[in-house]
Amino acid sequence: MSKTSRTSITMPSSAKKGAIIEIRAIAQHDMESGFRYTESGKLIPRDIIRTFTCSYNDIEVFKADFYPGIGANPLIIFTIIASDSGVLEFKWLGDDGYEAVNQALITVS
Amino acid sequence: MNMKSDHFLKMTRRNWLQRIQKLTILTLGACFSPAFVFAKKEDADKVIQKITRGAKIQEGKITLTIPPLVENGNLVVLKVSVDSPMTANDYVKTIHVIAEGNPLPNIFTVYLTPRSGTANITTRVRLADSQRVWAIAQMSNGSFWQGSAETLVTLSACTEMV
Repeated sequence: MSKTSRTSITMPSSAKKGAIIEIRAIAQHDMESGFRYTESGKLIPRDIIRTFTCSYNDIEVFKADFYPGIGANPLIIFTIIASDSGVLEFKWLGDDGYEAVNQALITVS
Repeated sequence: MNMKSDHFLKMTRRNWLQRIQKLTILTLGACFSPAFVFAKKEDADKVIQKITRGAKIQEGKITLTIPPLVENGNLVVLKVSVDSPMTANDYVKTIHVIAEGNPLPNIFTVYLTPRSGTANITTRVRLADSQRVWAIAQMSNGSFWQGSAETLVTLSACTEMV
C-alpha cells in the first residue's frame, strides 16, 4: 500500500553561479508520533516520514532523518550552493509505504 | 534509676530524629544542586554516546535557537546553525538534535555536504516538557561539537487524547 500527499517547495527559480540559495520544503503529513492514545486507551501506531533527500542534477546534496519529535506537516529549511542550471528533486519516504516526490527547476547564470 | 534511663532514651530518640532531619535536608539539597539539575537525562546520554561512540565532545561552534517560553509544545520553531566555512576540506558532516525530556530523545539528523553552502537548518519540532535541547555536530575531520538551549513548555506535546 503506497501513500502520498501534497508537498510544496519554495526556492528561487534563478540564481547567480555560486550563490547560496535557501530552500523551504514542506510535506502534508500528520507525523503520528506513536506515543498518543485514543480515548478508549488504545495506542495509536507510529506513522511518520522517515527520510527526506534533495538531489541536485541526480547528485544527493542534502539528507535528513526525521523522528517522532518532528511536528506535523514537517517543514525543513536548508541552503544549497547554486552551481549549475538543472533540476532539484525532493523525496520524502515514510512508514506504510509513504512516498512523495517534488521537483523544482533552477536557472543559474 | 528508672527515670534516668527513660530520659536517656528520649534524648537519643530526639538526637536521632534531628540527625535524620539533617540528612534529609542534605540529600534534598543534593538533588536540587546545579550539578544534578543540568545533568543530561540518561536516555539522551545514551543516544549521544551512540552518536559519538565515546569520542570527546567540545563545547561551542553551535547556535541552537528555540523560544525560551513555549505555549504549545506541538510546534516549536527550532533553528540550528554551525559556525563552519563549509569548504571541501572543512565542513559540517552531520547535525543531530536531541531533546532530553522527550519520550524518544532523537528529533532529527541532517547530513550536509560542502555544496550546502551554510550549516543553517530550521524546522518545527515537538517538545514534551520543559527541558534542555542539545545539538551535536560532527565536522569533516571527525571532531564533535555541541551546543544547547533551554526552554519552558506550558502545554506539552504527545499527552493529549484523540
